[in-house]
Amino acid sequence: MTSTATPTQSLPDAQLAHYNPKSESVTAKRAKSTLFHVVALALTAVVLYPGLWMIASSFKPNAEIGGANTSLWSNNFSFDNFVTAMEGIGGVSTLQFFTNSLVLAIGAVVGTILSASVSAYAFARIKFPGRSVFFGMMIATLLLPFHVVIIPQYIVFQQLGLVDTYVPLLIGKFLAADAFFVFLMVQFMRNLPGELDEAARIDGAGHVRIFTSIMLPLMKPALISTSIFSFIWSWNDFLGPLLYLNTPDKYPLPLALRLFVDQTQSSDYGAMIAMSVLALLPVLIFFLVFQRYIVEGVSTQGLKG
Amino acid sequence: MTQSPTLSRRSAQSDSPLPRKSRQRGADARAGYTFLLPWLLGFIALTVGPMISSLYLSFTNYNLFEPPKWIGLDNYTTLFQDERFLQSVGVTVSYVVFGTPLKLAAALAVAMLLNSKRRGQGFYRSAFYAPSLIGASVSIAIVWKAMFGDAGPVDQGLSFFGINLGGWVGNPAMTMPMFILLTVWQFGAPMVIFLAGLKQIPADLYEAASMDGAGPIRKFFNITWPMLSPVIFFNLLMETIHAFQIFNSAYIISNGEGGPAGSTLFYTLYLYLRGFSDFRMGYASAMAWLLLIVVGILTLIIFRTSKSWVHYSGDAK
Repeated sequence: MTSTATPTQSLPDAQLAHYNPKSESVTAKRAKSTLFHVVALALTAVVLYPGLWMIASSFKPNAEIGGANTSLWSNNFSFDNFVTAMEGIGGVSTLQFFTNSLVLAIGAVVGTILSASVSAYAFARIKFPGRSVFFGMMIATLLLPFHVVIIPQYIVFQQLGLVDTYVPLLIGKFLAADAFFVFLMVQFMRNLPGELDEAARIDGAGHVRIFTSIMLPLMKPALISTSIFSFIWSWNDFLGPLLYLNTPDKYPLPLALRLFVDQTQSSDYGAMIAMSVLALLPVLIFFLVFQRYIVEGVSTQGLKG
Repeated sequence: MTQSPTLSRRSAQSDSPLPRKSRQRGADARAGYTFLLPWLLGFIALTVGPMISSLYLSFTNYNLFEPPKWIGLDNYTTLFQDERFLQSVGVTVSYVVFGTPLKLAAALAVAMLLNSKRRGQGFYRSAFYAPSLIGASVSIAIVWKAMFGDAGPVDQGLSFFGINLGGWVGNPAMTMPMFILLTVWQFGAPMVIFLAGLKQIPADLYEAASMDGAGPIRKFFNITWPMLSPVIFFNLLMETIHAFQIFNSAYIISNGEGGPAGSTLFYTLYLYLRGFSDFRMGYASAMAWLLLIVVGILTLIIFRTSKSWVHYSGDAK
């Protein structure tokens, strides 16, 4: 708070007055700026409170989480909850759940990058009959409630004997089923100059060459946002694993968390919250590292969180 | 690799322009569909096919183990006599009707607050956005349940001000406000989109309005609102559609049961329970199609009415 307020105050008044012709506006401006930061910081505190409460609670002994204790601080911080949380549940270690989540998330990223970029190239750079019709349909699937397709999909995967495998969870990623990413890449490619392809075409390059050696390298920003978001969406996915996975040693973290909640009920709050923190940790790290990409991706492409 | 295209180009030169063009078109069509193949396969196998079969299933009685039995419109007529179904509609509608406007209002208000060249703007933007990234996760649902539980920090905090509500989780009257707070807390995603839209509004519009003596309220209704209307339209559409599909938090907070007293029985949770606990797949398919129809109609209404309140400036690039 102080660090943001001081720079304006340390500027000589005369300089500010020169900058701002109206003399009373110097103090008015400073007051406005202070008010802005007071409001914004208060809002930040409210918005971040649940997250901070979660992190603080994960280090607290059980007795201090529920009871008369709203404060984030404790004199009894310890790693005990994390030790319990790492033991896992149902005979499966938490490390296994982590590995499962990671396998699914990496599979999702690879599948999405491959399928969405190829399909987006067709929409953005090749003229073929039916393109605009298919593009319209692709946009329509953006608005389609997911629940309309889950029952028949489940029936098909069940008949193919693929329930309790990762196939139903990953196949859609390899078939560009997340239309958001196709759309994002189409928008990105359309903004690349068309002379690039023409020049390459005159040099005799085919679509495969143009795609792999011109488009893909230029699309790096779009590929990065796609990777980040498909990783996080897969990491947080709950309904897919809930529908398709039955055996705990295949569970990703969100499903393991539910199992943990079911089996311990509220008897071990601390460990439950510690495990929630562990499950969110990769997402938080991603956010801290890539926040520019993430926030820019949302503001330019309208991506959902 | 480089040789054959040059050859074909040379041979093409000797041809009349028309066949060359059509040959190019044929090659493009082939390439187009080849590149489109992943999406096209997914679209047919994972979207169109399942949609058609769920429409069919919605007219049948099907439990996954015996072949589907055609029962006509029975599922749909039964739905409207099913009290749990009607309750799930009520729960979901009140969530959408109260949660979405509140969330968008918060998003717009904070975006306007942040839309200035002040220090720390990037920090605030990221901090406010963070909940949108994790809000639908199981972890946050667990935290929400703990925070709004008996003697949890929310209960304790309110008691400090003399408000004794007890735990919100176990109180049917308070579960909806709890879910609405959860969605409003995720105002960051629409806020970031609003902020990008606000930055596109030319500053001289506001300067001209100031010179004409317009106050902040007039500036908002005469400049900000119309200039921002395409973005408001986009956010309203996306947030409404998403709100109808809330599932994760409802499942976790109510232990997959929709309690207490059905107050968290969201539409998709009831659909899941009917389809995957009771194995009444035909019935659940009918629910899915009703949801599709309702969302479709709402989308149409938002699009139709948008003509009267969404302004697209002519010189937008």
